[in-house]
Amino acid sequence: MYKYDQWDQQMVDTRVAEFRDQVSRRLAGKITEDQFKPLRLQNGLYLQLHAYMLRVAIPYGTLDSRQMRALADIAERYDRGYGHFTTRQNIQYNWIKLEETPDLLADLAAVEMHAIQTSGNCIRNISSDHFAGAAADEVVDPRPYAELLRQWSSFHPEFITLPRKFKIAVIASKTDRAAMKLHDIGIRIVKNDAGEIGAEFWVGGGMGRTPMIAPCINPFVPIEHLVTYSEACLRVYNRHGRRDNKYKARIKILVHELGADEYRRQVEEEFAHLLTQGIEPPLAELERIEAYFADPAFDANAPDALDRSDPDFALWVDTNTVVHKAPGYVAAVISLKPVGGNPGDATADQMRLMADLAQQYSFDELRVTHTQNIVLPHVRKADLHALWTALDEAGLGTANLDMAGDIIACPGLDYCSLANARSIPVAQKLSERLAPQSAELGELKIKISGCINACGHHHAGHIGILGVDRKGVENYQLLFGGSEADDTSLAKIVGPGFDEAGIVDAVETATGVYLARRTEGERFLDTYRRIGIEPFKEALYG
Amino acid sequence: MKILTGNDLKSGAVTWWTGYDWSLHVEDAVDAGPEAEAIAAREEAARRVNAPYVIEGTRDENGVRPAHIKDRIRALGPTVRPDLTLKPADPKAGNWVI
Repeated sequence: MYKYDQWDQQMVDTRVAEFRDQVSRRLAGKITEDQFKPLRLQNGLYLQLHAYMLRVAIPYGTLDSRQMRALADIAERYDRGYGHFTTRQNIQYNWIKLEETPDLLADLAAVEMHAIQTSGNCIRNISSDHFAGAAADEVVDPRPYAELLRQWSSFHPEFITLPRKFKIAVIASKTDRAAMKLHDIGIRIVKNDAGEIGAEFWVGGGMGRTPMIAPCINPFVPIEHLVTYSEACLRVYNRHGRRDNKYKARIKILVHELGADEYRRQVEEEFAHLLTQGIEPPLAELERIEAYFADPAFDANAPDALDRSDPDFALWVDTNTVVHKAPGYVAAVISLKPVGGNPGDATADQMRLMADLAQQYSFDELRVTHTQNIVLPHVRKADLHALWTALDEAGLGTANLDMAGDIIACPGLDYCSLANARSIPVAQKLSERLAPQSAELGELKIKISGCINACGHHHAGHIGILGVDRKGVENYQLLFGGSEADDTSLAKIVGPGFDEAGIVDAVETATGVYLARRTEGERFLDTYRRIGIEPFKEALYG
Repeated sequence: MKILTGNDLKSGAVTWWTGYDWSLHVEDAVDAGPEAEAIAAREEAARRVNAPYVIEGTRDENGVRPAHIKDRIRALGPTVRPDLTLKPADPKAGNWVI
């Protein structure tokens, strides 16, 4: 994995010192909150419902055990003993004290981490496939390209005051495990018939108030132009994106209003101009970065056989591990969704345990997923039972990957000042209600947001739930038919909303329709797409 | 009643205007009346509170209750973590929010 060079480290250390001075001046009354707010937001520090919240970037979701332990230490030293892993492969702390934040950021910098550009109208944390480097179906490891874009976008002077926040995902597989088409820019690294590496650009996707699936604006940008083409995409957006109305300021609105063809034309024009400027780093820089992501020393003789005599273990293996490119290995997903739990939360002790297990069993690597789980990417099958035993004892062995209990939920009204309704209690009750039928229901992606901003990805849920405020009372709208995967689609609202108890009943009613109407091998999503919304409406509303 | 709330500048903790100071406990809140906005501006300028704002609420025999659920959650703590609320020993404290 990538290690900071002297320039990376110097930039981050300098920023910590700068913010320490800014905090000191704020506490001394030398600057007002209006003056200070943009400064703290540039360092990922929000004022949330209960306290200051700090969002820490985990670039492309990759971290090592030393970094995970540092996150655990921070949870204990500066917070209340836990952290919340988010859908953008970040971690958030909910109870941060302003006066302690510079020390916290210094502790982060000591392990090559920071909170820079995790807020504000800039290019945010670059996300990627959480199985990168392990997936059997990838063309190449996408993370060197994500890292190159991270270096290009960090502190980019032209793109730190965009019309709105900007999110980029990079993958390199046919299977989309990063919700790529629901990002401002989704990049798929591909190989053409001549064996050359290039980048497929999907621009103008996103959820939120106006959900849109990104159109493909270029199926093959030669890899030596990755940064230049990205710069062209951003420049056109920066030039024409709406700044008069924050609700119409995202690039998806620009691409929609211009039309994909016109946006593409302008990007190509800008790209041609930028090619004369020589902004692309030399390929040697990409090769330097790639060296950091070389495969670990896989055991070529790792046994492929597995003792499946323990049924609980066998269930977890079948559910929470995925095929690896190296024989005798799997990628193991640690669920942060115990039945009745808070999706994405991990205690400091759990973080330390995951760090220990990564060191022991996964070449010291962990990944944060956009579904709020943790991946150990390279585990020998021979080590799986020991791994699972340790996880299970710590409450981390829930076998529910992509099933009814694996619910994405934003912090909602329990933590977020933007939210209109609570998300976590609905997730808790649903995971409890559906747990007994989880195996029967199979793959079922439920996603819950506490407001229209869609941090819980409700638009992309097979079953989506959106919390709204109805005259001061929480109300939950039900949506069906969304997907963030290869078959990306946007969920549709079914009908009038429900109260907290009612939404749990409604989801169970919907799964009942699915079980009654499905054909062999159909997921909930497939059945919904085949039979349409009416049978569900009939069952829900009569 | 008009309740004045905000966050402590240094710690970020949710605070409530008591008439002369700030308290972590909503039951200490007073009716700030028509002066609420002026008090907020004065206290913010003095760096005794951050991001203050005025909300509606009621007082009865059980104490002060903000009108909106968001402010009741702010007053008590997250409904999903009783151990993180201001009344961790009372597992039913969350019922006050709903």
